[in-house]
Amino acid sequence: MKHIKTLNGTKLQDTVKKGGCGECQTSCQSACKTSCTVGNQHCENKR
Amino acid sequence: MNNLGEYIHQFRQQGVCVVMDINSGTIHVTDPLVYDIIEVHDKGGTYDDVMKMLKVKHKNVPLSEVSEAYSEIQTLINEDMLFTDDPYKERVLDFKNQKTVVKALCLHIAHDCNLSCKYCFAEEGMYHGKKAELMSPEVGKKALDFLVANSGDRRNLEVDFFGGEPLLNFETVKEIVRYGRNIEKKNKKKFRFTLTTNGVLVNDDVIEFANKEMDNVVLSIDGRKEINDKMRPFRKEGVSTYDIILPKLKKFADSRNQDRYYVRGTFTRENLDFSKDVIHLADQGFKQISVEPVVAKETDSYALKKEDLPKLFEEYENLAAEMIKRDGTDKEFNFFHFMIDLSGGPCVYKRLSGCGSGTEYLAVTPTGDLYPCHQFVGNTDFLMGNVNDGVTNTAVRDRFKNCNVYAKKTCRTCFARYYCSGGCAANAYNFSGDILGDYETGCELQKKRIECAIAIQARKMMKEQ
Repeated sequence: MKHIKTLNGTKLQDTVKKGGCGECQTSCQSACKTSCTVGNQHCENKR
Repeated sequence: MNNLGEYIHQFRQQGVCVVMDINSGTIHVTDPLVYDIIEVHDKGGTYDDVMKMLKVKHKNVPLSEVSEAYSEIQTLINEDMLFTDDPYKERVLDFKNQKTVVKALCLHIAHDCNLSCKYCFAEEGMYHGKKAELMSPEVGKKALDFLVANSGDRRNLEVDFFGGEPLLNFETVKEIVRYGRNIEKKNKKKFRFTLTTNGVLVNDDVIEFANKEMDNVVLSIDGRKEINDKMRPFRKEGVSTYDIILPKLKKFADSRNQDRYYVRGTFTRENLDFSKDVIHLADQGFKQISVEPVVAKETDSYALKKEDLPKLFEEYENLAAEMIKRDGTDKEFNFFHFMIDLSGGPCVYKRLSGCGSGTEYLAVTPTGDLYPCHQFVGNTDFLMGNVNDGVTNTAVRDRFKNCNVYAKKTCRTCFARYYCSGGCAANAYNFSGDILGDYETGCELQKKRIECAIAIQARKMMKEQ
């Protein structure tokens, strides 16, 4: 497209089907210990 | 096309126009024409309103261009990537009904510390206790048994060695890790151990052990010497902590090939120009940096105030600009709060359910008591049980289980809800007296950080193209 560039193709709606395994890191354990951020966590679902 | 203003979030930063479709999580970098058209519609405007706007802001743009822009917008709408509805609300009920499993523990190895940091929520490691306490190996092993027994079919289990200062009880850390390695295989689990330390007692023995056993280490330092030493002094005055820890932390970070660690600082009202502290750490050679806003009571002199927000926003934007400048050079670095995984990020379940405190993440005191997280330790209103008997106060657990973005009124319409998941329950409690309450200053900072993180990614994409 000429006027719009999409930064990410993954839609959250698509993660409903296979998500929820719970294997990803607990956000507070990564570094913060005070400020919850989950947007930077990686998905560990190998299904 | 929906036009309620809660489907789209737009911002301009670092020379890019960004349109976020909140519910699909897709992010679009647009030209100013598309940006302005979407803005009119998102505010409830009609096609006629767009035409009026174009006459003022884009008067030299031919109609064929406008038509093309509309066509691209429609393509995204058809692909559920723009103005999408929220399809997840009903899923939260499923989530609440799920069996609770525990998958992460914060082990308070030592309620004691060799520093007396002015902003310490743990009260110099004591956590409202009257005397210093060290966790025994027995309590630590029982904590791992509790974790394994309550983890259901979760394979990856996380254990953070925290304090106070955990290296004051390093032999116990070693013994607990050895025990964990002994029991993980037969239970089909994998322990991911992490260590959070102020660095004072770091030596070759610690580094060797940590590099063998610790998935991640968090090394506390606030940045510039004068800032660090003012807020992170020794109990006895006169000796600079910065001078002692900096060479140790550098050695530690290098020994891990500048990976799987963070130097982690706190900024307060004493250093509103905190971007200088981040840059200082980067200039010392650290590649993984996290410098975060202090959690403090409103009455504390160093607490961040609402009036500080414009300055703090400017600092975050300055930092983002500096990272863009350094990208691809040998001076580039990661800033934890600007990291965002746009392709392989977490599923919507994770984004709805938040940090997991009080449910899948618990803190364990030196005597084995269980609390919803490290920030609540010592507040007996939140005592949940102990490692021998497990979670006995299920009322506290159920309160935390209901903590999600739909339970918090201000989150329901916030563009950042799928990035911060409702934020930190302890922050909310400290500022509002309720884990479902608001901490407005924290929310505003979080939103700015997300915008900066996306702006950096957008600039990278444009550079690659």
